[in-house]
Amino acid sequence: MRLSRKHLTLLVLALLIALAPALFPSNFYYRIGALIFVNGLAVTGLVVLIGFAGQISLGHAGFAGIGAYACALAPGYLGLHPGLAMLLGAVLSGGVAWLIGRPILRLKGYYLAVATLGFGILVSMVLANEAKITGGPDGREVAELGLRGALATIGIGLSNAQFWYAATGLAMLLGAWVALNLHDSPTGRALRALHDSEVAARTVGVDVARLKLSAFVISAVYASLSGSLLALMNRFITPDVAGFLHSVELVTMTVFGGVGSVPGAILGAATLTLLPQALTVLQQYENLILGLIMMLVMIFMRDGLLPSLMRRLKGRG
Amino acid sequence: MAELLQYLLSGVTVGAVYALVALGFTLIYNASDVVNFAQGEFVMLGGMISFFAWQAGIPLPLAAILAIIATASVGVLLNKLAIEPARGAPVASLIIITIGASIFLRGGAQLVFDKQLHRFPSFSGDDPIRILGATILPQSLWVIAGAVAIFLSLWLFFAHTLTGKAVLATANNRIAASLVGINPNHMMTLSFAVSAAIGALAGVLVTPITLTSYDLGVAIALKGFAAAMLGGMGIPAGALAGGLLLGLIEAFTAGYVSSVYKDAVAFVVILAVLFAMPQGLFGRKAMDRV
Repeated sequence: MRLSRKHLTLLVLALLIALAPALFPSNFYYRIGALIFVNGLAVTGLVVLIGFAGQISLGHAGFAGIGAYACALAPGYLGLHPGLAMLLGAVLSGGVAWLIGRPILRLKGYYLAVATLGFGILVSMVLANEAKITGGPDGREVAELGLRGALATIGIGLSNAQFWYAATGLAMLLGAWVALNLHDSPTGRALRALHDSEVAARTVGVDVARLKLSAFVISAVYASLSGSLLALMNRFITPDVAGFLHSVELVTMTVFGGVGSVPGAILGAATLTLLPQALTVLQQYENLILGLIMMLVMIFMRDGLLPSLMRRLKGRG
Repeated sequence: MAELLQYLLSGVTVGAVYALVALGFTLIYNASDVVNFAQGEFVMLGGMISFFAWQAGIPLPLAAILAIIATASVGVLLNKLAIEPARGAPVASLIIITIGASIFLRGGAQLVFDKQLHRFPSFSGDDPIRILGATILPQSLWVIAGAVAIFLSLWLFFAHTLTGKAVLATANNRIAASLVGINPNHMMTLSFAVSAAIGALAGVLVTPITLTSYDLGVAIALKGFAAAMLGGMGIPAGALAGGLLLGLIEAFTAGYVSSVYKDAVAFVVILAVLFAMPQGLFGRKAMDRV
């Protein structure tokens, strides 16, 4: 049986996640891996929004902020289990995205970018300034998820770093599976059609407004879950998670890796999570080199890292 | 009344800076369809280069001119080395290139200069001028005069010179412009140079008031971008109006409502305007070509 492209992608991702720890010299690398997966999850949502539907957002960290602070606040204020708080955050983010998406998605291109940017800034300002509830700019502790303890009682003993590596890796894999399914579904085809030409898509009967909205809501839920996982993993959260720089970082990862492709965006997340870690050795040259690499890749591989590499490989083979 | 006037004056000062940055965005957008997120770094370079030249013993006016010329050259290099080679790349990739350029320039400034806050003296002293009970710094007048002068010269340039009209023609239709003998690449280079010079000028003018450091670019680019969108991207008058409006909203919110939420209110207004007018205050309704 020949594997479909979707299954091949998922298989490669799963193998990479499972086998990478064999090369880890220390526990610290589990943490870097988990950070990559958390970013990979958010970025997969952005592939749906930017890559499939062709709508830009510079404010998705706002949804990550909602997800993160749902996990930080709901257990204390509402007595919810952190796991349920994560779901609450996702529902809340989806709801907010649905509400603001209707007016915002009527905007196009850079106007959409500035509107989403405004939304992200509003969220991060509320989180930073309502210090009585959120703890303000200094951040706030987050409750323990408790799943690791439960696993230990049934005989699966993992270190904290290992547990989060596995949990976030699974979450990212699941997210990639859903997004890849969406890509080939009728909805996914309609989304990609409206990306190519809104007028043409409308002409063949695609409900453009509704589809854009669903892509926006889906990507918001991805960002929210990624924020929740980050909060639960770090057991601590600051309003920076919702900040403009985080939004830009997520979009950069998506475009850098290949905006139309789920594994591409995940590769982008991996590269741009690892690169600053690797460049800390060079200390003051870090920004210089990071900026240079971003420019060079986008100039010479304009469709992003993975699609350009694949094309080059195929061209030779 | 004095309070109101005070907020008005500080709003116009800040707004003039935003307007200058927004004009820089507008010029580059018109020439190349690129929103240049490294625009804030031009402002930073203007302030930083003039400070270090001044500290090295060069008289301040000369240092400022030096900074503006140097920043304009950086703008030209950015266009030649990063934007032109990527012509035809998807818009998202172009955005990432300019974000990369912004990080690169920040890293460069941190390396060549330092990570401290810097200031050089105001051009006409620091004694506040009293107007009807409110006060304004002489430097603020310089900032406002600078914005007005730049706007007027740009208007003259675009409306009354052949080169200015060639830039507009290139913005309208690149191919048609080439057909009538305009070299679009030259027009792009020119736009980047002028845009960078305007950014640097804003940096020079504002440094005595707000200080400068290697990392101020992001915040200022964010505001300038928002101002340009508020007015309608690609329209110089819109950039001016958007910048001033944004400055005024911030000043009045900080004065009457809450200083921590001044940015938030500014963005709420921008969202409200865009919902009502999706092309910004001065934008014309775009038609889809099928």
